[in-house]
Amino acid sequence: MSDSDLPRRGKPPVFLERQSYRRRRVNDAARVLPFIGTLLWVIPLLWPENGAAVRSSSAIIYLFGVWGLLVLGAGLLSWRLSVQAREGDPERDGTGVPGGSGGTP
Amino acid sequence: MTMLNTLVAVCSAYAVFLFAIAFVAERAAMRGQARWLRSPIVYTLSLSIYCTAWTFYGAVGSAVRSGFEYLTIYLGPSLVLIGWWWILRKLVRIGRSQRITSVADLISSRYGKSNLLAVGVTILAVVGTTPYIALQLQSVTLSFEVFGVGDLPTGEEQGHTALWVAAGLALFTVIFGTRNLDANERHNGVVMAIAVEAVVKLFALLAVGVFVVWGLSGGVSGALQKIDASPLGAWQIDGGRWAGLMMLSAAAFLCLPRIFQVLVVENDNETHLRTASWAFPFYLGLMSLFVVPIAVIGLEMLPEGSNPDLFVLTVPLSVGQDGLAVLSFLGGFSSATSMVIVAAIALSTMVSNHVVMPLWLRYAGGGAKVSGDVRSVVLLARRLSIIGVVMLGYLYYRLSGGGAGLASIGLVSFAGMAQVMPAMLGGIFWRGASRIGALTGLTLGFGCWGYTLFLPSFGAGVFLPDAWIAAGPFGIGWLRPQALFGIEGMDPLLHAVVWSLILNTGGFVLASLASFPQPLERLQGAQFVNVFEHSAAPRSWTGRVAQAEDLMIMAQRILGARDAQALFEREAQLQGLGGTLPAPTPDFLETLERELAGSVGAATAHAMVGQIVGGMSVSVEDLMAVADETAQLMEYSARLEAQSQELARTAAQLREANAKLTRLSVQKDAFLSQISHELRTPMTSIRAFSEILRDTTGLKPQEQSKYASIIHDEAIRLTRLLDDLLDLSVLENGQVNLNLREGRLSDVLDRAVAAAAADEHGARLRIRRDRGAENVWLNTDLDRLSQVFINLVANARKYCDAERPVLEIRVRQGDRLVIDFVDNGTGISSEAQDVIFEKFSRISDQKAGGAGLGLAICRQIITRLGGEIRYLPGQGGAAFRVTLPARIAMAAQ
Repeated sequence: MSDSDLPRRGKPPVFLERQSYRRRRVNDAARVLPFIGTLLWVIPLLWPENGAAVRSSSAIIYLFGVWGLLVLGAGLLSWRLSVQAREGDPERDGTGVPGGSGGTP
Repeated sequence: MTMLNTLVAVCSAYAVFLFAIAFVAERAAMRGQARWLRSPIVYTLSLSIYCTAWTFYGAVGSAVRSGFEYLTIYLGPSLVLIGWWWILRKLVRIGRSQRITSVADLISSRYGKSNLLAVGVTILAVVGTTPYIALQLQSVTLSFEVFGVGDLPTGEEQGHTALWVAAGLALFTVIFGTRNLDANERHNGVVMAIAVEAVVKLFALLAVGVFVVWGLSGGVSGALQKIDASPLGAWQIDGGRWAGLMMLSAAAFLCLPRIFQVLVVENDNETHLRTASWAFPFYLGLMSLFVVPIAVIGLEMLPEGSNPDLFVLTVPLSVGQDGLAVLSFLGGFSSATSMVIVAAIALSTMVSNHVVMPLWLRYAGGGAKVSGDVRSVVLLARRLSIIGVVMLGYLYYRLSGGGAGLASIGLVSFAGMAQVMPAMLGGIFWRGASRIGALTGLTLGFGCWGYTLFLPSFGAGVFLPDAWIAAGPFGIGWLRPQALFGIEGMDPLLHAVVWSLILNTGGFVLASLASFPQPLERLQGAQFVNVFEHSAAPRSWTGRVAQAEDLMIMAQRILGARDAQALFEREAQLQGLGGTLPAPTPDFLETLERELAGSVGAATAHAMVGQIVGGMSVSVEDLMAVADETAQLMEYSARLEAQSQELARTAAQLREANAKLTRLSVQKDAFLSQISHELRTPMTSIRAFSEILRDTTGLKPQEQSKYASIIHDEAIRLTRLLDDLLDLSVLENGQVNLNLREGRLSDVLDRAVAAAAADEHGARLRIRRDRGAENVWLNTDLDRLSQVFINLVANARKYCDAERPVLEIRVRQGDRLVIDFVDNGTGISSEAQDVIFEKFSRISDQKAGGAGLGLAICRQIITRLGGEIRYLPGQGGAAFRVTLPARIAMAAQ
């Protein structure tokens, strides 16, 4: 009897586990993104300085391209995090809906 | 001149428009229709006060002078926003849960509500921000000048423009910046006006950019070609400055008072940060996108020597696009005004909360309760502070002459405010950060910044003598302000930033490590660092005796009568009380203190509640002392308890010993009577039969020999008894010498069984043994051991009452060697089990064959051998277990 009960009771945790696992990974991504940005934006330090090895036009395209990608990444994460917050995020402090404490004027 | 008039008209109209926006927003907020005022987009746009006139106009100038370096100023803050999960999230949560009103309040609150620190940070902020405000005034004046080229005499008139602008800004800020006393409540009007200004400046810069790229350069590819062909065509950047400025701007973004104001204090909802995390970098990207094209076109079209800082205005003007130029002017105007407004609010909050209020509280006498209306004092202090701050900026502008020296002040100011960063980040991430550490770090950093960057920035000979900069103070070379410790040739800004932050952080960390924080610091430290685990404030008040009415009077004076009454009523309801006065519980006092902190800062609020609750308040130090005493008492009572337990144990042991002595005494008596009886019985028969032999004549030879053999038997019995007694006494006194030998257990058992069978009579006893298990080597006194075994086997032979008596000998070897002797008789009754090992105890009288000393001797022997013998109940017959320690038994080889 207890044998047939066990798998049924076991299923939801597996499902939840997966959800909160994804949640943590999204948080991780939010943590990592600034480091990626820093790395990409200090790469110009490696460019040769003298002469016309790197034209300004390519520099502009590179720097603003990285900018665009970062904005895109941050936007994507922000969207994921807001979805999480809406679904209710019981275990993470994160952006976990501060209860609209500032809601009343 | 007409152009200038138009401009003045546009400017005035724009100002009226801003006033209107702010007014409408305030009205809407008051009517509760503030939802749209609090959208994440408005929050993001309000962050754009980061882009001041210095960046609006100056970015192009910077691009002309040093290429792409201007970008770093935008990259740093973008990274901070993108990395919001690390710092901003925590900062905003702390700001909201602790009701932080400014950077100075944050630092002071974290380090034990220290007002000294707050004053320090306030001074730093004022020193760092005043030149920046002057810079904004200068940019507005300069841009005016562009439109009225030639028409205006410079000097006096310029000063008038700046004065008018400053006065207008002060007015706006006073009106909309001090409507609410509670700095934690949003300045809806101000924020809305700033958001609108953010849109205006972005739109203006984009418009100029689009015009330059598509109108003057022929599209994107044309613009890129022009860039490559221009003096800015090749990538040239100073690596140190690139990385250093990125870091500096990121640090400044966190610490600048005006940014902190909109980022943390005006934050209404933590989720807005999520939107800002991508939207603000996007905004900054757009702001900086067209800077290089504008710079390139400016260089190409305008005559040599034109001020590149004003290209944003002069490029449209030079091609006759007056409308675009005016729009661009409005953009710059917006940048300047929004910065001044927010900076003035932020600074005035700091100055009034941390400088004016503490002084007033100290010198107005009588404390918060008795003296006049605190609310009006705070408001007045704040208004005067705003006017003071703006006018200080104006004065600075006038005194510095509005020269080129001002242009560099932006980064100087950044570097100054960045000195707050170690204390701030250390405070929110490291619980060990202490007040002493923060003070040390700030002092070192501030001093180093002032000496190496701020004072030299006025030019040689103004504050620092020429000789100092060239050769060091008093000719000490390694103290030269721009080459500390003899490291020459570094960029002065980078040099100052590196040294000041190294000294700052080093001093902060070392002093924190070396000092011991006060209790309140430690509590606040835990609150800040673990803000996500618990967002409650430290319990520091005990309000049992505090007067709720007094608190009410004070709260009314600070929060205003209506708000204070509402707060008290709400709290009373929460406590389940009917009236309007809540009981002054610690919880309530804490809430009240936090509400007040929103208006006057944490340190002042703490002091004010302290004044009212007064002598009845228990400081954290007191609590700690009480806790210490309690701990000591508890320790003492625990020790007493331990002692009394020990006494009880000793008493029990004594009682036991006494009982044992009594038992022994009884035993001794019994023993004496027993032994006299035992000796007397054979003696009696010996005497009787020897008398018969002596006195009776004519005895038959059989009779003679029978009597003689009885005498002989009895004599033997007597001898055996005496032997046993002697043996026992020797064993008991421990005088016996053990004769240790090695031998096999099975051999010992063989000998014992054989010896026990020697005087066999009666039923034959079958003995069951397991020879495999008996193959154990022993190192012990084998003779004594076999004596024990003989006794046990003989007992079984004598007393086993089964029809076919069987004795089973089991041997088991674990960590001890166990030998069981189990027979199949009826066994020994449970009451007899206790006494069988006592002397002269015999199980049954009818089969009395010995003196009853056998088992007593066995026990003595086994005890001497380090083992144990006891009766094993529940085995179906009499069972004895002999246990020997492992060292006696050796594993079979």
